[in-house]
Amino acid sequence: MLRYVVKRLLLMIPVIVGISFILFVIMDLTPGDPARSLLGEYARQEDVDALREEWGLNDPFAVRYGRYLASAIRGDFGKSYRTNIPVVQEIISRYPATMKVATLAILFAMAIGIPVGIISAVKQYSLVDFGSMATALLFTSVPPFWLGLMLILIFSLMLRLLPSVGTDSWKSFIMPAAALAAAQMATMTRMTRSTMLEVIRQDYIRTAKAKGASQRYVVLKHALRNALLPVVTVVGIGFGNLLGGSLIIENVFGISGLGTLMVNAVKSKDSPMLIASVMFAALVGGLVNLAVDVLYTYIDPRVRSQYVKG
Amino acid sequence: MTEQATVNPSNPVKKRSQLKAIWFRYRKNKLAMFGLALFLSLVLVAASSGLFLDYDTQVIEQRMRERLQPPSSEHWFGTDQYGRDVFARVVWGTRISLFVGVFTVTIALTVGTLFGALAGYYGGTVDNVLMRIMDIFLAMPGTILAVAIVGALGPGLVNVLLAMAIARIPQFARIVRSAIISIRGQEFIEAAKACGTRDGRIIMRHILPNAIGPIVVQVTLHMATTILGVAGLSFIGLGIEAPTPEWGSMLSEAKEWMRYHPYLMVFPGVAIILSVLSLNLIGDGLRDALDPRMKN
Amino acid sequence: MEERLLEIKDLHVEYVTDEARVFAVNGLDLTVNRGETVGLVGETGAGKTTTALSVMRLLPDLVGRITRGSIILDGIDITRATEADMRLIRGEAVSMIFQDPMTSLNPVMTIGEQIAEVLHLHEKYDTKEEVEHRVDEILRLVGLPPERKGEYPHQFSGGMKQRVVIAIALACEPKLLLADEPTTALDVTIQAQVLQMVRELKEKLNTAMLLITHDLGVVAQTCDRVGIMYAGEIVELGTAEQIFQKDERHHPYTVGLFGSIPDLTRKTRRLSPIEGLMPDPTDLPPGCRFHTRCPHRMPVCEVESPRPSYNGGHLIRCHIWDDRRCSQ
Repeated sequence: MLRYVVKRLLLMIPVIVGISFILFVIMDLTPGDPARSLLGEYARQEDVDALREEWGLNDPFAVRYGRYLASAIRGDFGKSYRTNIPVVQEIISRYPATMKVATLAILFAMAIGIPVGIISAVKQYSLVDFGSMATALLFTSVPPFWLGLMLILIFSLMLRLLPSVGTDSWKSFIMPAAALAAAQMATMTRMTRSTMLEVIRQDYIRTAKAKGASQRYVVLKHALRNALLPVVTVVGIGFGNLLGGSLIIENVFGISGLGTLMVNAVKSKDSPMLIASVMFAALVGGLVNLAVDVLYTYIDPRVRSQYVKG
Repeated sequence: MTEQATVNPSNPVKKRSQLKAIWFRYRKNKLAMFGLALFLSLVLVAASSGLFLDYDTQVIEQRMRERLQPPSSEHWFGTDQYGRDVFARVVWGTRISLFVGVFTVTIALTVGTLFGALAGYYGGTVDNVLMRIMDIFLAMPGTILAVAIVGALGPGLVNVLLAMAIARIPQFARIVRSAIISIRGQEFIEAAKACGTRDGRIIMRHILPNAIGPIVVQVTLHMATTILGVAGLSFIGLGIEAPTPEWGSMLSEAKEWMRYHPYLMVFPGVAIILSVLSLNLIGDGLRDALDPRMKN
Repeated sequence: MEERLLEIKDLHVEYVTDEARVFAVNGLDLTVNRGETVGLVGETGAGKTTTALSVMRLLPDLVGRITRGSIILDGIDITRATEADMRLIRGEAVSMIFQDPMTSLNPVMTIGEQIAEVLHLHEKYDTKEEVEHRVDEILRLVGLPPERKGEYPHQFSGGMKQRVVIAIALACEPKLLLADEPTTALDVTIQAQVLQMVRELKEKLNTAMLLITHDLGVVAQTCDRVGIMYAGEIVELGTAEQIFQKDERHHPYTVGLFGSIPDLTRKTRRLSPIEGLMPDPTDLPPGCRFHTRCPHRMPVCEVESPRPSYNGGHLIRCHIWDDRRCSQ
């Protein structure tokens, strides 16, 4: 098991390096001069040239990328062109906001999506089922930012219950998390329902009923754990995405998290910042993925024995 | 129900009868039919809007004296901060969103199918190299990749469309690849090979038609997410720019006025929801119709 | 001694789906006495499994339902019992061995947990130790080493899984065991072993058994009485001797069934399977259900449903053997 985890971690390295290369190329193709944009339109050309020299922007592509990789291996991901602060430091200071929103959103989504999915499956074709499926369908079709704006309209502007922007109190995180949770919740409800329906029809569920177990017992003790695998997958993918930072929701609610950092980096051609933050998002996503795979082995003994063998 | 009489499946060799069977199952699904009707009416709106709307005078021309009027019989959806008729802009926006949705997915599908087919059919090193590259793209948050590409290409409708397409290629490549791998090993492919059929022909004539089901479903669902994605990018000012009446950028402008003129936010939002909903319904309906086993 | 344990009277079961209404069981009468083994034989789709599921009242939700008749088990009418009563009955008074051992066990629970569960549900023992002790005992009874109770179903072979399924079914020593083709999914060599074990356990625990099968060999070895089922009805019912006696009166369908298995004592060039297929259960023929395939079809068979005729406890439902008709 440990060997498997180490192997997976090592496999993440080429992906991260690949990301740095692709983004390096894209940023290289992006028009504009970061030195000029930092110093301003009316700065002296000599100053701009000096800064370009300092950042090594005049070297050929291969040299610049090689230098970047070499220092990245030593743990130095450079300083932001825009703020001159080491990018790692910047990410660390911005990340808690993104993490709070993401965690709250996934908790919202799970707390509602999974139970509703179970109830929908158990009471298939009932009013509850139709209602929750219709809601889920609607939530997959609503743009999260529009939902966010509507929440602001209702809860901030009309009811004055929640702050519309910022990250000052825990209240600030409710609306962005809810806006992000809607789509995740819809996916979870639908996934839970369809896997539960499949599991409920399995022979071993009939065996459990034949033992004299109640419907509730059979659903909670036998069906749920068997239906959990695909649900955990969906939760994992969703959480991984959310932890990568939402560019748009962070913009709507004025949260300066990872998403905002990335957008600003693109806008100001701040390559070190962009590359480091995307690599970070990918790393977090990969770790969540790995955690989900490890979790599988606790849920399903068949998966566990595969790892023991190989 | 183990003892129900089994009906011999009629041989689904004929392509046309298979399509008929899919359509028959699709037609019975009321929600899916609703989605299809909704989508077709949106297409109709998009196609005909050019006939009764003049872009320069009715969609983008600013009339400051008529600004910020609430919905009325003259302006069904009201007017925005520049006095433009919101109804005309929302209607014109249908053209843009459907155009972007269709072409983004077409490009991503074409390139993705090419990569996926090569990787899936040849396997081995080709597969390894191609899919590792795709993995790198898939590991990045999709929106930021599109944003970075837009940054490199510059703003504008076509560039946004290209950026969205590039960001989606890996996903199609992966779907096509797995569909092909599941078909590659089957006997009729071996038979075609034994007859000396060229690889390209085997892929185009034998493998892809059989892999089409899951791909079609993904196409509709990706069109839905593309429309959502473009609206999102335009909303934060990195997509299609004003004065083009893209729904997301309309919402971005409306945001400033939401406290006193909330109707400005309602109509473009509903337009996005309807178009995305119609595609989601079609996608779900197709999935059920293609694979009746999966229907719950 | 002839005390009735299970009495099914005029049972009708239907499956209703969007597309069709399936008449799965159509007026079935059957009794099983205490300690007795009754075989239920017929082709796939004859309604055998449906009958057993009706006794458990485990017909698929929303789709299957009992439309008429009664099932009296040990004095209780199953068709009218509440769901709470049924929970007490299932696993305790009657249990079922399902066809496919590969899918009948929960893949994420150890086999020990799955056996212990039925004991917990029926509150058989007070302490955990007693339950564990009983689990070991049952595992030994079905020929599995108790040390393996901590393992999961996928770690066992098909035959061993079926032993686990049987262990679950017998854990509470039920009065009636419904065995639905318990050996069909197993290798031939394993089949004999499992069958032998079921027979021995049944004797030991004095359990009555309703054995569902389409294997006449199994019936001959195991059953006291045999019912032949066709299109949801019992067409012939008698002791094993009566059914297997070649020169007795038989239903033409029974004759056909026997014709479709090879007879090693005679030199026959080819087998004579029954021609045609089971009638479509959504659209059953009028009159005798078997008339569409019957070699001895008479005009009356197409219009009138045959009444059962008895001959020393040997029931046949066929116009040919209807004495009242002959004497007219």
